[in-house]
This record gives sequence, structure tokens and C-alpha cells, in this order.
Amino acid sequence: MSGYFTAMSSAEVLSELAERNPAVVLLSQDFGAIGSFTARFPDRHFDVGISEENLVGVAAGLAHAGKLPFVLAMAPFLSMRGFEQIRDDCAYNRNPVKFIAPFSGLEAGPWGPTHHAMEDIALLRSIPGMTVLSPADPNEAHRAVRAAAEIDGPVYVRLGFLTPLDNYDAPFRVGEAVTMRDGNDVTLIATGGCVATALAAHEALLTDGIRARVVNMHTLKPLDNDAVECAARDTSRIVTVEEHSIIGGLGGAVAEVLAERGQGRMARVGVRDTFVLDVAPYPELLSRCGIDVAGVTSAAKRLLKD
Amino acid sequence: MTDATIVRDLQGRAASLRRHILTVAGAYYAHLGGAMSCADLMAVLFFDFLRLDNARGARDHFLMSKGHAVTALHACMVELGQIDVTELPTSGQSGSRLAGHPTRKAPGVEFATGSLGHALSVGIGIALAEQLDRSGARTVVLLGDGELQEGTVWEAALSAPRFGLENLVAIVDYNRFQAGGRVDDVLPLDPLADKWRAFRWNVREIDGHDIAAIRTALAAVPAANGPTAIIAHTVKGKGVPGIEGTPRAHYTMLSDEEVQRTLAALEVVS
Repeated sequence: MSGYFTAMSSAEVLSELAERNPAVVLLSQDFGAIGSFTARFPDRHFDVGISEENLVGVAAGLAHAGKLPFVLAMAPFLSMRGFEQIRDDCAYNRNPVKFIAPFSGLEAGPWGPTHHAMEDIALLRSIPGMTVLSPADPNEAHRAVRAAAEIDGPVYVRLGFLTPLDNYDAPFRVGEAVTMRDGNDVTLIATGGCVATALAAHEALLTDGIRARVVNMHTLKPLDNDAVECAARDTSRIVTVEEHSIIGGLGGAVAEVLAERGQGRMARVGVRDTFVLDVAPYPELLSRCGIDVAGVTSAAKRLLKD
Repeated sequence: MTDATIVRDLQGRAASLRRHILTVAGAYYAHLGGAMSCADLMAVLFFDFLRLDNARGARDHFLMSKGHAVTALHACMVELGQIDVTELPTSGQSGSRLAGHPTRKAPGVEFATGSLGHALSVGIGIALAEQLDRSGARTVVLLGDGELQEGTVWEAALSAPRFGLENLVAIVDYNRFQAGGRVDDVLPLDPLADKWRAFRWNVREIDGHDIAAIRTALAAVPAANGPTAIIAHTVKGKGVPGIEGTPRAHYTMLSDEEVQRTLAALEVVS
């Protein structure tokens, strides 16, 4: 399901929250009506047009005056154009605005590099007081939105193309990674839609007798340091998988933990510090970037050979 | 009190604000010019217009978008007893609560600013919330003229009338100078009032040092059909002899002699 549809279905969660809490308001940019929210709460949905800086500033003002604003905006533009307003007006000024950001990673596919969000995790997690969530499937996205409403601070919910995962309904605890599969040979730490890729890689590695632990790192900040340390201790080899630049995102965050602990070795699967100029439909584009089952299994096997 | 008495009283407040600002510029480098240019506006806002006392119902909001003029805001807090007059000259120095821009730590700062072009959007959000709550609270955003070169100001200017926001006021301290020189030389803004009119704001153009004119402009809020922009023509460094209206006024430190000369001039005014 595209991040856009996941975001729209999350609007039903927002309607439910808005029903219970009159402070909930929704801001968006040129998205038209948002699910049932707009029809049910027309006075509480503000479309500010195509202006991310203004969008975030207005949301910060609403929060400052006691509202609980949710902002729906496209990840690349929200995270880069809106960055300073998120940093200054939301985080620094302690305004708990909740951002729901579809079209993260390469989801915009053939629309080209301007529409790819490969830097948003790196940017957002550098802000003090920010919480960064990256759910693995549509249902977890809904749980993440609910969790965001409860957090006393600004929250960025990163949404990309998400496939429903079978039999996955683990409670969403902010900052607590979910171990999706056990294994002690290597750990695949993935986030967002890449959790599905890691699960498929787990199966593929099993056929070669390699037992890979799969960790869903649905919270990028605060990072579950314990889960990373535990993986390093138990498996000593870690592969991170993300639809993001290998610089500063999940791979960067995990590398920081490993470097400080002096334990474990790792490989990063992600966009390798390049603009993705290839024109291709979304899934093919991921494969061209090596963000697929083959990319993950070969990274794991290379690590295991050393 | 008659209007004339109120005006005289506010002129006295403005002179006090300028004296407080002087204690900072006499001790350290400060954005003197932009603080002095808005002192009369600040006097009317904080001692006449804004309702900042919760007990009286609607609480108004003030955002200093031109954050570098922070000493004018700190000076108001001295007058309101929230900052001790002896603390003011510690601004920007080791361990002080008072920084070179309005921070979360300083008393009386409703919203921390510094990076230009932020607070009008924030003011729109606050005004939207107050409109939803039908509180009648007013939101005032003080902008610099150089600041209007930030595109975000115009994103905000475009969106405020779309939401009505009769209780939102943007005041432009049009003192004609920015860090690099004259605004007209760096990136001219004129015709400035026409720009705000074209964006569908209620526009008033006044002498920003005329207390009565400032009061009259603010008395028109709420306007019936949307937000109000007040273009306040001011003099950079107003009240500092030899420095007002010159490029040096933007960011400077004053000698003891300059401080004494300014204090003497302020005696005459008040």
C-alpha cells in the first residue's frame, strides 16, 4: 500500500482521536479532503497550500495555543524545506506537532530525485527532543499514529510503500524494537517497508543454512540501543536495511552504537550516497539500488565470510 | 486618564525602554538600532494594547519575529519587574539568562525566535487556535524590514487572509537599514504597503515613533475582514545622537560618552 494510502487510512485514526480530543486539528498541503476527517471536522482541517515552511510554522502556533496538530505532508519537502521550522518552532519551542510523512524513501519512484526522501531520517533524528517513527506495515502505521498522539513532543512518522505483514500485530512501544525472527548467525535490522524485505531475506538465508535474526527498528529516535547491543553480542554481524541514504539514517544510527561499544561488524544496505537517476517503477528502482532480498542476502553472506 | 495623559505616560515608558537598552549596548555589542527603532511600538504594545494577564480573560500573544531586537523585549520585562535592571547588562555574557535573541530561558519570551521569517506563520497558527476557541485574543507579530526578504514571510502573508484571522496584527518596523547597509540598496521593499494590500491585508501606514498614531492603528483591530498590517516608519537607532539613522546603528557597542549623551537626550524627550 502506498504511503499516501497508508496516510489516508491513518486519517481514520485521526478522526477517532479528534472525536475524543477536541484539541486535535489536522493540517495538510494541497491534498484535498483527508479521509473522513475533513467531512467530520471541517473547522479543524486547514489546508495551507503548497508551502511547507508556513505549514510547519502554523502547526507550531496551533500547538503553542493548546491544540494537538497533526501535519500531513510529503516527506521530501516536509523534511527538507520544513526542517528549520521543525527544529526551531516545534522542537526548540517545545510544540508537540505530529508529522505524518508519506512518499518517504524512493516511493515517488519515476518522479525523480527531487521527490525522493533519502535524507529525512538523518535530518530529523539530529534534532533534540524529536521522536522519529518508521512503521513496517499499514497496521503498524496506525499504531504509530496513535502512539505519536501520546508523546509529549514533536514526532515524525515516516511512511513509505508498506505491504501488510502476515500475523503481525505486536504492540507498538516507542523506542522498543520488535524481534520478528530469531537467529544467531547474523542480524538484519530493518525499518519501514524494508522490514518485509528483511523477512524475505531471512527465508532465503535459511535455505543456505544461515539463521538471521530480523529486528524491526520502527523507532529511529530514540533508538533501541539495547536491541543493537544485544544483536552485536549474540550475532556479532549486523546488516541494516533501509530506504534511505546509507549516511545518517538507520545504518548511521546503528554504526554509532557499535562504534561506541566497540563490538560487532556491520554492512549497510540503502541508497549508496547517490541521486537515483534511473527511471523505473518503484519496486524495480529499489532493486537497482540493491535494496532487495538479493542485496540483503549478499551483504549478510559477505559479512559472514570475513 | 485622558488620551493625552496616556500618550505622555507611554512616551515616558518608551524613554525608559531606551534607557534599559542603553545599559546593554554600553556593556557589550548589541543590535542597538533595531531595538531603539521599535521602542515606541513596544511601549504601546506592552503598556497599553496587549492583555497579558490571564486573570482578565483572553490573553493576547506577542511574537518578536525580528529576534535580534531582543533587548527591547527584555527592557519591557524590566519595566514589568520580571528582569532586574542590573541583570540586563549581562546580556550575552557568560552565565546570563539573556541571550542575543529571545530564548526559552529568558523571562517574558512567549516564543523563542532568532532565525528570521518564522514568527508570522507561528502567529497565524496561534490566531487560528484562538479563532477556533472564539477567545477574542489578539496576536501581534513584530517583523523587521530586512526580514521581509525571507520568502517564508510571504508564504505566511498569503495564507493569513485566507483564514480570516481578524485578530492577527503584523507590525513592520521599517527602519530602512539591515546588517549590510540600506534596505533600499540591498533589496528594496517598496512599494511595501501596496504589497501587503495586494495580499489582502488591512494596511495602516504610520510614523512608528508617534505614540498616538500607533494607538490609533492598533485600535482598529480587530478589522472586520481579516488581518491587519501596520507599516511603521521608524528611524534605526532612534534616540541615540550621532548614531540614529546611520549604518553603525545596526550592531554596535557604545562608549561611556555616547551613553551619557544619549541619556541626556532622553531626559529632554521624557
